[in-house]
Amino acid sequence: MLGPRKAGPVHHHFTPEEWQRIQGQPEFQELVAAKRRFIIPATIFFVLYYFALPVLVGYHPALMSRRVFGEVNLAYLFALSEFVMAWLIMALYLRRAKRFDQLEQVLIARVRSDYQ
Amino acid sequence: MSPVLVMFVIFVLFTLVITAWASARIKSPRAFYSANRSISGFQNGWAIAGDYMSAASFLGIAGLIAFFGFDGFMYSVGWLVAYLTVLLLVAEPLRNTGKYTMADVLSFRMHGRGVRAVAAISTLVITLFYMIAQMVGAGVLINQLVPNLSFDAAIIVVGALMLFYVIFGGMIATTWVQIIKAVLLLGATIVLSFLVLAHFGFSLGNFFTAVSKIHGTVKDAAGHIIATKSLLQPGLRYNGHWGPLDLISLGLALVLGTAGLPHILMRFYTVPSAKAARTSVAWAMILIGAFYVMTTFLGFGAATIVGKDNIGAHITGGAAIRYITTHPKEAPALNAKLKRDGFIVPVKNNNASALLLAQSLGGELFLAFIAAVAFATILAVVAGLTIAASSAFAHDIWLNIVRGGTGHEREQVRVARLTAAGIGVLAILLAIGLKSLNVAFLVGLAFAVAASANVPVILLTLMWKRFNRTGSIAGMLTGLISSLVLIAISPAVMGIDPPEAAVRHLIQAAPLFPLENPGLVSIPLGFLAAILGTFLAKDAEAEGNFAQLTVRANTGLGAEV
Repeated sequence: MLGPRKAGPVHHHFTPEEWQRIQGQPEFQELVAAKRRFIIPATIFFVLYYFALPVLVGYHPALMSRRVFGEVNLAYLFALSEFVMAWLIMALYLRRAKRFDQLEQVLIARVRSDYQ
Repeated sequence: MSPVLVMFVIFVLFTLVITAWASARIKSPRAFYSANRSISGFQNGWAIAGDYMSAASFLGIAGLIAFFGFDGFMYSVGWLVAYLTVLLLVAEPLRNTGKYTMADVLSFRMHGRGVRAVAAISTLVITLFYMIAQMVGAGVLINQLVPNLSFDAAIIVVGALMLFYVIFGGMIATTWVQIIKAVLLLGATIVLSFLVLAHFGFSLGNFFTAVSKIHGTVKDAAGHIIATKSLLQPGLRYNGHWGPLDLISLGLALVLGTAGLPHILMRFYTVPSAKAARTSVAWAMILIGAFYVMTTFLGFGAATIVGKDNIGAHITGGAAIRYITTHPKEAPALNAKLKRDGFIVPVKNNNASALLLAQSLGGELFLAFIAAVAFATILAVVAGLTIAASSAFAHDIWLNIVRGGTGHEREQVRVARLTAAGIGVLAILLAIGLKSLNVAFLVGLAFAVAASANVPVILLTLMWKRFNRTGSIAGMLTGLISSLVLIAISPAVMGIDPPEAAVRHLIQAAPLFPLENPGLVSIPLGFLAAILGTFLAKDAEAEGNFAQLTVRANTGLGAEV
């Protein structure tokens, strides 16, 4: 947990103009940019990595049937690596998300001081 | 009383006590639909796992891997990787912008009844189809485990319990049933995997060597064997001209579809914040991933122990039954094979099942435990589906469309309960009515509709300022209708069976569409229609509301608490 104490929700009914002003604030832009910098590459990577498996298995079955450890072949190892890949991206995201939470707190503090 | 029955009764009594405890807490729609947003991220992770891992994945995947080896394992991979889409793109923004349903998120920018109505219809189609497939599976399963309970009685028992949980305990009871089920299912899978490994002297080398000695055949259209492959080799199921594309299409539907399944999305409204939603997906990924890795041992374990002695054939037979209910095309060949091997496996009244892996490895009591787990598995999933369907009708259609968004809290809960009852009874009647037909393509259909109708509009409303009402309605309707039509003319529904086939295709004619899964076509169509529809109309209101949506989605300011 970060911050001296957990701040409650911001009690304010925002008007459309206020929402737009918050959207335009540098703190918000920075938060969204930070998220994009992680989420877009991570999504492209996992989609490519995931579909490499059915594409290789479907169109190059002989290659994927090649044995690597004993009877265990490339196809099965690749499939197992998909689990590792998913868990790794999840762990990296959780770590990076702490930074998003900090940026979010900065913005919320700003909003709180502006509107309350 | 048989051990199976004792285990069932223990589970049922325990969950009924939880329901009674929960029922005192259901005083508002917020409690009914979202458990007062009081579920922690860790608890919700278990509940998502319990909501997601269906009987099809417990018994069906074992059967798929036992028969098609590697190709079956491809489902396991897709079902986990799908959660990256949920984690990175939808869980947190959805928690921040919705109240109880997907329609809430869309209605945020696009007011008016049209968008909400179409979103609710899409939710109802997905949940009802998914529920029917689960309940027919439940009937088959319970009828095998407790032979004195008929198919119809089994469905009525499952339906009645599911309704009891949902109507009285709402999301609170549903959540705890799902958590308990996930604990039981993972525990059972760990023990089974351990027993399979013990069978091979805890040597992965021995295990995989045994698996590699089991072969399946690939046949051409005329039924001639054109290749023999080991279970570890790809291509036993997805082969021929369209095989690779079918595999890619399936992958696409699995990876995107999960992020559009209403009963999964609804779970994110049960936690207090977007951060808790994130934590819950992380826990769910650990649990679901661990489970699907172990499907290797369940499936290959069933396959290998089969070849060695007679026990195995029963195992295969049981996995086969589950499989036959999901994949009618191979059923005749499978029956013939099992008969040839000296095991009579009539599809309808075989009392052996995949669960006999448990019996052969762990004895009667363990079998009873596994059977109770399978039963809990089905119940947890159908309860989640019932509450999702109830929210789409009672919250979206009745409250927001018919009543214009205002209604007394007690009245809302009453309507939600009545709706759950109505949907549950409808699902029970449909499941009984459809029992002799193959309905498991409905699970594939649910994923395809979710991926084609729901996911494009969820992503576009969160990310594209220009996106509007016309685009939403066009995207959802196109995704929904194209998946329904393509499935109806696909090999999952159309096919010419020999007269002796045990399970028949719904339409006896050559398929018009070559892929079993329509995702490869219907998902791009859903996106395309949503984008083209957007350009047809200018909607200043939807554009103006984007600022509020994006700030809320990214920060949680103004999110429902």
